[in-house]
Amino acid sequence: MADPAHGGSGLNIHPMDQFMVKPLFGGTEVHWYTPTNATLWMALTVAAITLLMVAGARGRALVPSRAQSMAEVTYGFARKMVEDVAGREGLKYFPYIFTVFLFILFANLLALIPTSFSPTSHIAVTAVLALAVFISVTAIGFYKHGLHFLKLFWVSSAPTLALRIILAVIELISYFVRPLSHSLRLMGNLMAGHAVLKVFAGFAGALGVGAFIPIFAITAIYGLELLVAVIQAYVFAILTVVYLNDALHPGH
Amino acid sequence: MEGNISEMGQFIGAGLACMGMGGAGIGVGHVAGNFLAGALRNPAAAGEQTATLFIGIAFAEALGIFSFLVALLLMFAV
Repeated sequence: MADPAHGGSGLNIHPMDQFMVKPLFGGTEVHWYTPTNATLWMALTVAAITLLMVAGARGRALVPSRAQSMAEVTYGFARKMVEDVAGREGLKYFPYIFTVFLFILFANLLALIPTSFSPTSHIAVTAVLALAVFISVTAIGFYKHGLHFLKLFWVSSAPTLALRIILAVIELISYFVRPLSHSLRLMGNLMAGHAVLKVFAGFAGALGVGAFIPIFAITAIYGLELLVAVIQAYVFAILTVVYLNDALHPGH
Repeated sequence: MEGNISEMGQFIGAGLACMGMGGAGIGVGHVAGNFLAGALRNPAAAGEQTATLFIGIAFAEALGIFSFLVALLLMFAV
């Protein structure tokens, strides 16, 4: 780190400070069992999902209440997405995809509360989510198709053998880059968005009376971040389904 | 004037890495613009293709995120 002690003069902006993992109950050391702010906000995410999906849909009314209606719309949306991309066979894996989708969606949205902490802006969290998808999708592919799963890399519609070999190398590389891009996309979007908000907040602090300009900008960017939070959850889920579809129906 | 030459290199490198984001911007704009052009010609078929639109945007955007990551690594990890 270029400036560890925040020394020096000038604008007092530290956009990366909000991503620090701190223990909840004092102290500075973080062990694997220490409850941190990341633990707290992930637990809150799970609690919010439970509140919507279990408590909200408890009534099972024919004419749904507002909470039940939201739960139903979210469920229907995710189910249709899985069915459209991966077909009916994909519906077997719908519970996991829906869980991942809801976790990312709620973590992204809760992270937009001021002074909160965003677990999905940490590569540790998103890498675990992406690696779980990558490993299980590869396992499903080999389990369902055996060695025929490798046809995914062999573009049999290409005209010549030389072209097929080149394409196989490219396909192989792109397959193994998947978990990297899958996790970095989510983490990068969230981290960049929150850092931008913090930088503009720093401008507002430095400008005094002229602070209304950055405050307008923050309001606009906040709306954009709300959009990004939902879209990134959707993108993560739909890419999971696309990868799953490759495992269920390999070959070109 | 203070600091050393390697720190300067870090900052310049991070700034240069940010140019990759412009490429991602061109890519995302290309995907979305072409989708809109197609959707206006045949609005009936557009609704089914929004998933494809988002997948295309996500793939184009990932490379911009990679350049952002290089900038972050230069600033905080090197």
